[in-house]
Amino acid sequence: MDIPYTTQPRPDTGIYNAKIGIWLFLASEVMLFGALFSSYILLRVGAAPADWPHGLLNIPIGAFNTVVLIVSSVTVVMAWASLKMKKLAQFKLFQAVTVLCALTFLWVKSYEYREKFSHYEVWKTDGTRLTGHIEGKPMFLTLAKLQVAKKEKIEFVADPHHYSEGKTPMVKHEAHAEHKPVEIPLAEIKRLSAFVPAHSTYFAVYFTMTALHALHVLGGAIVIGYLFGPGSKMWFTDPERLTNRVEVAGLFWHFVDLVWIFLFPVLYLL
Amino acid sequence: MQATTLTPPHVEAHPHPAHHAHHAHQEDAGFWRTYIFSTDHKIIGIQYGLTALCFMLFGFCLMLMMRWQIAHPGEPIPLVGPLLEKLLGNPAAKGVMSPDLYNSFGAMHGTIMVFLAVVPLAFGAFGNYVVPLQIGAPDMAFPRVNMASYQCYLLGGIIMLVSFFIPGGAAQAGWTSYSPLATTIPTDGQTFWLIGMVLLITSSLLGAVNFIATIVQLRAPGMTWMRLPFFVWAQFVTGFILLLAFPPLEAAGIMQLMDRVAGTSFFLPTGLAVGGHLANVSGGGSPLLWQHLFWFLGHPEVYVLILPAMGIVCEVIANNTRKPIWGYKSLVYSALFLGTLSFIVWAHHMYLTGMGTKISAFFQTTTMIISIPSVIILTCFFISLWGGSIRFNTPMLFALAFLPMFGIGGLTGLPLGFAAADLHLHDTYYVIGHFHYVVAPGTIFAMFAGVYYWFPKLTGRHMNEFWGRVHFWCSFIFMNIVFMPMFAQGMAGMLRRMSDGGLNYSEARGPDVAGTLSSPIIGLNKFILWGGVGLAISQVPFIINLFRSIWKGEKIASDNPWEATTLEWQTPTPPPHGNFAHAPKVFRGPYEYSVPGASKDFTPQNALEAARNS
Repeated sequence: MDIPYTTQPRPDTGIYNAKIGIWLFLASEVMLFGALFSSYILLRVGAAPADWPHGLLNIPIGAFNTVVLIVSSVTVVMAWASLKMKKLAQFKLFQAVTVLCALTFLWVKSYEYREKFSHYEVWKTDGTRLTGHIEGKPMFLTLAKLQVAKKEKIEFVADPHHYSEGKTPMVKHEAHAEHKPVEIPLAEIKRLSAFVPAHSTYFAVYFTMTALHALHVLGGAIVIGYLFGPGSKMWFTDPERLTNRVEVAGLFWHFVDLVWIFLFPVLYLL
Repeated sequence: MQATTLTPPHVEAHPHPAHHAHHAHQEDAGFWRTYIFSTDHKIIGIQYGLTALCFMLFGFCLMLMMRWQIAHPGEPIPLVGPLLEKLLGNPAAKGVMSPDLYNSFGAMHGTIMVFLAVVPLAFGAFGNYVVPLQIGAPDMAFPRVNMASYQCYLLGGIIMLVSFFIPGGAAQAGWTSYSPLATTIPTDGQTFWLIGMVLLITSSLLGAVNFIATIVQLRAPGMTWMRLPFFVWAQFVTGFILLLAFPPLEAAGIMQLMDRVAGTSFFLPTGLAVGGHLANVSGGGSPLLWQHLFWFLGHPEVYVLILPAMGIVCEVIANNTRKPIWGYKSLVYSALFLGTLSFIVWAHHMYLTGMGTKISAFFQTTTMIISIPSVIILTCFFISLWGGSIRFNTPMLFALAFLPMFGIGGLTGLPLGFAAADLHLHDTYYVIGHFHYVVAPGTIFAMFAGVYYWFPKLTGRHMNEFWGRVHFWCSFIFMNIVFMPMFAQGMAGMLRRMSDGGLNYSEARGPDVAGTLSSPIIGLNKFILWGGVGLAISQVPFIINLFRSIWKGEKIASDNPWEATTLEWQTPTPPPHGNFAHAPKVFRGPYEYSVPGASKDFTPQNALEAARNS
């Protein structure tokens, strides 16, 4: 006996095996990201407003990435529709665009990560707080590392505003004012942290959720890339099954897009 | 007229199943693909079963050593003490279990028993082997996913085992791993625990997707929902619980992993002091959040442990009372209700966290409501016994013992469900007694019933009946010797997780202090220790019987030695690759025993019509 309904839908349920599989998997993914979003809400509600950074992420870049993912979720459907219309070449084109979108998204995301790793907040002993860059753009510095390196002071290029003032810290038209580093003696620094997960609950949430999402993008890109490349040979042996695989991969891809549609406003705009 | 089945009748056992074409094909795949990286649900089921039984024995051994430490604090452990010192070094210096080692054994006992022993045995082993056979399917819907599920489980288990040997030892913060304790204990054991858990959760996710898809999609023609054996229903609900309840723990695990390796503060509050110094963390996290996420899995997990057990008990009882199970539909709806409601009772584990009386009131209410379907299920089983001509074989003895044992476990849970009573009982041995009655003489007895019941299908041979009964009666007596005294200890106020077994709070240490633990209560520790040793010895006949019977057991007289109605017995023995020689067709419900007028007292689900006396 062979396993039935691998390609053809079962008459009474109306779907083939893999489709119910992916929907169940997505249900569990909803619970996974749902738990993380719930944790975000709980932690944010309990946080002091002044300790919750905002305006530190680059909104145009995030918006660009949103558009990239939305385009990819259109092309992933077009690829499936092409197969339904038995146009293999067109399928390959759309599939390739989807993979390129995924890779673009990941490349932009890695650029955003790098920017944050060299962007710092300094808590001074007099209670003032500054955000900005350390001369030389070092990454991942901490007060402990500076002390080990026997540094006495840092050269700090401060942003025009601190986020607790309720204004966007990085204002572009004031960029020319950036090149005036001030010296801050280490003795005056209580805490120093780049915008890494350990910086604050906000960045912990930001990095955890976007990294988990990026892993999903990567996984989706690998599957879609496989169906574009070696996996597409199935077209000549079992075209219907390949079409189903593309559909199932597409369902997963839509979910990945959907998560980002929630992540973007929650992390960049709110 | 004779009973007519669409599958050819297999009256003879199949001692040489390799003759079967499909099976021969499977054997061509070579040793590795056939036994290690198999995609056949039956092999995967056996892999799960053997691995889980090994973990169960290991988890039990951890506990035996801990019971020695509880009964004889600070004394070297006899027999294994020197070995422990050789393996683990300083934490077991001179063969004495240090408090740190006690903590890590305790945490790992819980983790191993729940996530590596009972769930894989109940869901992975029995579910994998039996569900496709019972619904008349050739295999699981996604055989390769099924293989990946087992491999993830094995890898997770190995990571858990390896963590015993790293510097600092395994995780020490209890199986619940509450933050900030779990985050701040200076051992990498917790990191290993978290990575192991992520793998185990992945494994159960893959399994759950597979089970649900299989049950929905691969039911044989005529196998409608209300003709499914209750065991399949139980696994179906279990699949949904695993699918939806585990991801929040995975999310929590990822966050705790971030707390440990990336220095975040998801679960670390502002102003956290560790060892008298302010911790160098950003703060702003919530320890309560971990508990919510943990118990959001933790409570549905209880039903993951108990539902498959109920399924097995149902099959065994129906088969050995030779009459239809009473209230099949009530059983099904109760299981569905149980599965659904289990998602909104989790905070009854957290009455003492100060989360507020209104929330407590809500969770008290749902907790009381959820006891109703459990009682319905148990009642159906009890009524099923009424008027049956019961066959008291080993599987039936275990299934019968499950009923009162689970009953004790369930009823002692009621006082814990009330916030007022829980104030006194929380975190005492009463809780330990309660949930061990549910899981140990409850679920594990049902697992034993399943092993004895389905063993002939796996091997074509019976397990030895006499030694099976010895195993049952000894286990039954010693289980109660171990767990019954814990209720008394708990009500006397003895807290769990104390490596000295309550000695510090005993009468002996503070003769004039009010409320100390009396000598008889402390003395029960020794009683329990020897009960535990007896329980260990009781398992020896089982282990020998299990392996000896594979080769030396009495051969079964037919493919259906228990004269059962469900489809797994209407296949060759052991079932070949692809399970059924011909696609089965189902004509009736699962428990058509003693149909009036039929020539035999059982009518298989795929029999064309009930045989009549003529």
